[in-house]
Amino acid sequence: MSTVHIPFLQTGTLAVGGRLLDDAERSVQSQADRPSSLTRGHRACQGCAEALAARWVMDTAVEAADGRLVVANATGCLEVFSTLYPESAWKPPWIHSLFANAAAVATGIASSLHAQGRDDVRVLAQGGDGGTVDIGLAAVSGMFERNDDVLYVCYDNQGYMNTGVQRSSATPPSARTATTPAVGRQPGAPQGTGKSMVKIAMAHEIPYVASATVADLRDLEAKVRTAMSIHGARYLHVLVPCPLGWGSSSSESISLSRAAVQSGIFPVVEARAGELTDVQRIRERMDVEAYLRPQARFAHLFKPGGEDALNRWRALAEANIRRYDLLGGRP
Amino acid sequence: MREVLEGSQAVARTVARCRPGVVCAYPISPQTHIVEALSVMARTGELRDCEYVNVESEFSAMSVSIGASAAGSRAYTATASQGLLYMAEAVYNAAGMGLPIVMTVANRAVGAPINIWNDHSDAMAMRDSGWLQLYAADNQEAADLHVIAFAAAEELGIPAMVCMDGFVLTHATDVLELATQEQIDGFLPPYSPTQVLDIDRPTTIGTMAGPESFTETKYLQHLRFLDAADVVEAWSDRFTEAFGREAGGLAVRYDPDTLDRDRSAPPAGAEDLVVVAMGSVIGTLQEAIAPMRAEGLPVRLVGISAYRPFPREALKAALGESRHIVVIDRALELGSGGVLTGCVGRALAGTGSRIHSVVAGLGGRPILEGSLRDVIARALAGEQRGLEFLDLKTGGVPVPPVGATEVAR
Repeated sequence: MSTVHIPFLQTGTLAVGGRLLDDAERSVQSQADRPSSLTRGHRACQGCAEALAARWVMDTAVEAADGRLVVANATGCLEVFSTLYPESAWKPPWIHSLFANAAAVATGIASSLHAQGRDDVRVLAQGGDGGTVDIGLAAVSGMFERNDDVLYVCYDNQGYMNTGVQRSSATPPSARTATTPAVGRQPGAPQGTGKSMVKIAMAHEIPYVASATVADLRDLEAKVRTAMSIHGARYLHVLVPCPLGWGSSSSESISLSRAAVQSGIFPVVEARAGELTDVQRIRERMDVEAYLRPQARFAHLFKPGGEDALNRWRALAEANIRRYDLLGGRP
Repeated sequence: MREVLEGSQAVARTVARCRPGVVCAYPISPQTHIVEALSVMARTGELRDCEYVNVESEFSAMSVSIGASAAGSRAYTATASQGLLYMAEAVYNAAGMGLPIVMTVANRAVGAPINIWNDHSDAMAMRDSGWLQLYAADNQEAADLHVIAFAAAEELGIPAMVCMDGFVLTHATDVLELATQEQIDGFLPPYSPTQVLDIDRPTTIGTMAGPESFTETKYLQHLRFLDAADVVEAWSDRFTEAFGREAGGLAVRYDPDTLDRDRSAPPAGAEDLVVVAMGSVIGTLQEAIAPMRAEGLPVRLVGISAYRPFPREALKAALGESRHIVVIDRALELGSGGVLTGCVGRALAGTGSRIHSVVAGLGGRPILEGSLRDVIARALAGEQRGLEFLDLKTGGVPVPPVGATEVAR
């Protein structure tokens, strides 16, 4: 009997569709006994996509590991808003050491568990874009190169939001930040759309690399499940809008994520051993303006003199569409 | 069994017999022979149930050790010099989280100018990191100290550095008697960490502490450190009983005449000049002082084995009635004097002691027996300056005179 894989389309509530699926296919979030790994009481901002993504990632990973998951967290928003002593919002065993070393701490945990004969316990490391693509890059790259048994998740909000919205090397072109103000020449990354950690991870030829957004939480969940079904170094890059840093409304984190994908700015992909294996096609093409205009960090693009930058964004989206065939051959 | 061994090999074999669960290191001279030997033992299976991790930096070496220790393994690493400074942030972090990692520091100068040879500037830069620092006088002690370090660190929940002079000890071959596997198994308790990343008892490690709790956390760390002197001394005593030789301790006493290490040696007297030093220079001092004693000169030797916690009381007890001290220092507090001198001075505050600081052996400059004897003789004759750079080469470019200030308290 042949089977057809139908993508689960997010329709607004978690249970919709879930009841039509087999148990194994249902979202962990649709279950009454979901792990709630990142539980209530943390101090994330309203509309924080990182908190949402972390909860989904962690709950899925905890379920996939049958409750046997240990987490290493880099310094950053996620760490600060979840563990101000004497409180902790984390249910799994969780450690924070430093900004740049989450990947190496995770390697240490995995090595220790292996030496103890506890290969049934899985290890997840997570950090923001600063802790991953900038200060933590060497440790992440080392962990990849050794193919350590760690799933590393980067929640990319495209800047140092915890310290007050400074530029990181994941900050996209023309984005206003506290250290790239919108005066003079266009601020932000001089080329590309910021350092592409997905491509860097793929270049290490590790078993699994994927990107995802909070606009498609079932896709995020599926990628965590896939990642957890594999051993060795795995990398997941999640775009997480930051209302504070992006100057967007807290109600727009999901729609901005969707616009990033549907405009071609943020390709949602999967890769194995360095080869691209899956690309999420654009379903309903949007102009880059749908992504850029709601964000105050791009307000200067829509004032006189902003045309060049806006055109550059369109070119970047076109380049992504070509490179990843995001339209699937459609015009 | 006595055998001829390089210092690094002796340390590697002893560390292996302490049964670490994770060994992780990044290459840097002069520490490399130690971790090379451990990596071989891990690959051949001689070192069982142990993961050896090759990392991309010292920062990651310490970070892997942090993860491994927090996950319940006995963790070991080794470094030196630039490597120790490169991991500095993680060194402090391990101590703050109470993870009893043991690390060999093959002491080496810190650049610029880059210099691979021995002095103590690297470990001294980490003196307030919250780690124990145990200094080896020779290779026998370097090997033995690792057993004591694991035991004391794990009892205290404080990480420990075993400091051994780079090249002078690490690359020197000596006749040594290593603690056997059976002896160490009988001596060192199994690693039983108090709080780990346990899936059955989940815990959050490494939370943020605000102004309302940070001072108290540091105060608790301070109190634990005050306990450390007793714990280090107790494990050193147990070691001596179990192995029949002295190692570790706090302030080390030497027989006035034979200059042999002897914990029952009497304290110095009021007439004595006491030379205080740590590390391999102790051996040179034994050679330098013995003939002076034979001539009837009142010179005594006291070694510092535990630099952290600084053994204030043990040092005062060993110095006895003496109020005249020469400190041989292998690290410089710029504009001030020797680093060890500062610690000795603080310990002796209010005693009216005269303390001379002799900065010697920086960046691998050999510390000559004759030069030491000369310094001691001048101190005895009252001609010693407060601060002196041993064997400073002069006569070239004119520079202002050095050491004009008495360091005396």
